[in-house]
Amino acid sequence: MSTSLSGPGSAEQAPGREPVRRGLPRTSRTARNHAPITATGLVVKVVLLGLVAGIAIWAAFPLVEAEHWVGLGILAATTAGLFYLYLTRRHIPAKYLVPGTLFLIAFQVFPVLYTASTAFTNFGDGHRGSKDDAIVAIQTSSVKQVPGSTEYSLSIATKGDPATGALVFLLSDPKTKEVFAGDAGGLRKLDAGEVTVSSLSGKITAAEGYTILNIGQASGRSDAVTALVVPTSGGAIRSNGLTRAYEGKAVRAYDVGCDCIKDGETGKTWTADAASGSFVAADGERLAQGWKVNVGLKNFSRVLTDPNISGPFFGTLVWNFAFAIGSTGLTFLLGLAIALALHSPRMRGTNLYRILLILPYAMPSFAMLLVWRDMFNTDFGLINNLFGLGVDWFGGSWSARIAVLLVQLWLGYPYMFLVATGALQAIPRELTEATSVDGATPWQSFKAVTLPLLLVALSPLLIASFAYNFNNVNAILFTTEGGPFPADNPRNGATDLLITYTYRLAFGAQGAEYGLATTVSIFIFAIVAIVAAISFSRTRKQEEVYS
Amino acid sequence: MTTYADTPVARRNATGRSTGRWFAQVGWRHLVGVLAVAFSLFPILFVISAALNPLGTLSSTELVPTGASLENFTNLFQDTPFAHWFLNSLLLAGVASFASIFLSALAAYAFSRMRFAGRRVGLLALLLIQMFPQFLAIVAIFLIFTTVTALWPAIGFNTPWGLFLLYMGTALGANTWLMKGFFDTLPKELDESATMDGASHAQVFFRIMLPLVAPILAVTGLLAFIGSINEFIIANVFLTEPNSKTLAVGMFGLVAGERNNNFGMFAAGTLLTAIPTVLVFQLLQRYIVSGLTAGAVKG
Repeated sequence: MSTSLSGPGSAEQAPGREPVRRGLPRTSRTARNHAPITATGLVVKVVLLGLVAGIAIWAAFPLVEAEHWVGLGILAATTAGLFYLYLTRRHIPAKYLVPGTLFLIAFQVFPVLYTASTAFTNFGDGHRGSKDDAIVAIQTSSVKQVPGSTEYSLSIATKGDPATGALVFLLSDPKTKEVFAGDAGGLRKLDAGEVTVSSLSGKITAAEGYTILNIGQASGRSDAVTALVVPTSGGAIRSNGLTRAYEGKAVRAYDVGCDCIKDGETGKTWTADAASGSFVAADGERLAQGWKVNVGLKNFSRVLTDPNISGPFFGTLVWNFAFAIGSTGLTFLLGLAIALALHSPRMRGTNLYRILLILPYAMPSFAMLLVWRDMFNTDFGLINNLFGLGVDWFGGSWSARIAVLLVQLWLGYPYMFLVATGALQAIPRELTEATSVDGATPWQSFKAVTLPLLLVALSPLLIASFAYNFNNVNAILFTTEGGPFPADNPRNGATDLLITYTYRLAFGAQGAEYGLATTVSIFIFAIVAIVAAISFSRTRKQEEVYS
Repeated sequence: MTTYADTPVARRNATGRSTGRWFAQVGWRHLVGVLAVAFSLFPILFVISAALNPLGTLSSTELVPTGASLENFTNLFQDTPFAHWFLNSLLLAGVASFASIFLSALAAYAFSRMRFAGRRVGLLALLLIQMFPQFLAIVAIFLIFTTVTALWPAIGFNTPWGLFLLYMGTALGANTWLMKGFFDTLPKELDESATMDGASHAQVFFRIMLPLVAPILAVTGLLAFIGSINEFIIANVFLTEPNSKTLAVGMFGLVAGERNNNFGMFAAGTLLTAIPTVLVFQLLQRYIVSGLTAGAVKG
């Protein structure tokens, strides 16, 4: 009924096959040229390429409209490349690799490279845009009302949802009766025919294409209204309450000659410093608005030398390894053990066990992390109630670490059980039967036959699982949030992973520092990559069995 | 089939020794199974209890339900756009998992069966790229999709298609590795003989390889489905309009503010979220169970 993998049975099915394969080193080219083009294949090819062409044309119109010539060029080249690839009979591996690779490049590699490039900049709060943006921001934020400046009647409007849409100031000048629309991009004159102006208050009550916010909606967003500054040639327009606006003059102005910002009232000057991307006064004072500059390796040296960052780095790194190895190893051991226990031809009800066992994996993990956190609650948590304990789980360093690993084990072992079951089924039973005929104990045959074969299939997965858990933000943020924290250091908790610790440093209370954050993530990436590369090169040897 | 010790005839004549043998061969397996099931189920019982508890707060919830009502479920549908979230998640996870296993099966086939320049580099690169802390690229993703939204609103923010494309970026990677491992364990003679019989590479892939790897397709499909359902960080940035959210984003918002009071509703939502995954598993069960060796290798 059954045959061994390369036994005589399979040879009988295709007589003469093996000699041909051995005697004549078949290249894929010869075989390919013999394969005829089938009608189905042709139809599928035409339909798919038609679809590609259709999508390319659909995507091209907005690019042309926006005059995005580089984007259009990439689109055209990609489409042409796809047509060439699937119409030629060559490059067969590429035919299989390109679809996934295209997505990989566009939505994974490109964002990662884009992100990594910010590691060499000071990108972050106050250093987001170009120098010109910073100058505009400094000038507009210093706008003050001066005698004689224009007063407008103000209506607050939006083009989108009243609660979330971008705000627009609709302004009417009571003297000249001119109407304007203004936002952070500047002031634009409106056609008088498009708007309705109340004769009573002088305010615009309706305008084509805009939704005017009522007083309740506007006051609900008063912070955004106050923050909105409309730059104009002589200064800027700011709101004064919700119904009036004024055009003020910038107190601080940029002077090209000295490449500095001058304060018209105090006479103080801040000179541009290209190295740090900010305007610095003689006394060392920096203006909050700077610009994005290349800072070279400064972020990297800061990670290594800044005691706030490098200080707790080592302790966190050790726990991070313990967490990743523990999460991966424990789930694998438990999952494999259960899979082995249930993998027997004489077991009844394995289907039922399997259905019930994988339920943790079917539960939404983010929700279950929050549920587990509540189950570890000291006072009315399920764990303490069920076992009659009074442990303050998230209060102590070690109990919090054990709790986190237990949650990880519960969440992760059904996955390992699933893949181990799948891998076990892929191993021909004849192999273990053969060892038992040869007199091996079950443990010996497991160690000598089953486990090596399992590891061939599962080791890349274990490496990937390790890499995933090394940066498993959700597991920590949804449960302990990195805590408990020592009394003298509220920034680095006992269960903090490098990534959550970095996240807090970079995006925390001090404001966003994307440049620094990506630098640390490059360090983390390097650590994970080295570990993975070492384990990978070891598993390669096993893989050669099949290559 | 040989006669086993636990067939009815054998058991009728059983002595204590053969009961011991039964335990040594089969019984302990059941013990392990029951213990594992207990470990798996008790947090879920806690959630069921909370979902049924009409009080609906965390502090009033116990392992055994203290009351039974569907109040939490009706509240969930009346007070939140839960039905929208549910459909969004189902559509997104369904399409994304199907597409991603197809893409990775294509790649796994090439990596397993073909030898070409850059194969090793490609495999290693795939593994490495996946290791970059992905959520730190969220700023870049946000900036990229700001442009995309301006050009093609149909695949921009708050659309399932934009998020789908983004998820396709991670379609290769671990799943490709897992699949390649299984492709590697299939004897090469199978597809080589088909090639000698005149099959094209596409026919080999679709007619011979895909049916053979159905079990691993089922497993990775399930993993991809669960991964999409649970994905939170990117979806949270991507989907901001109430009706466009997925379950993860919507339900997190439910308990972000007052968790204790909404706990019943949250638990009810958790249970409903689990339903599609359990159904998908049921659907794929027979492929997972019927292993590779039971399939075409023998036939």
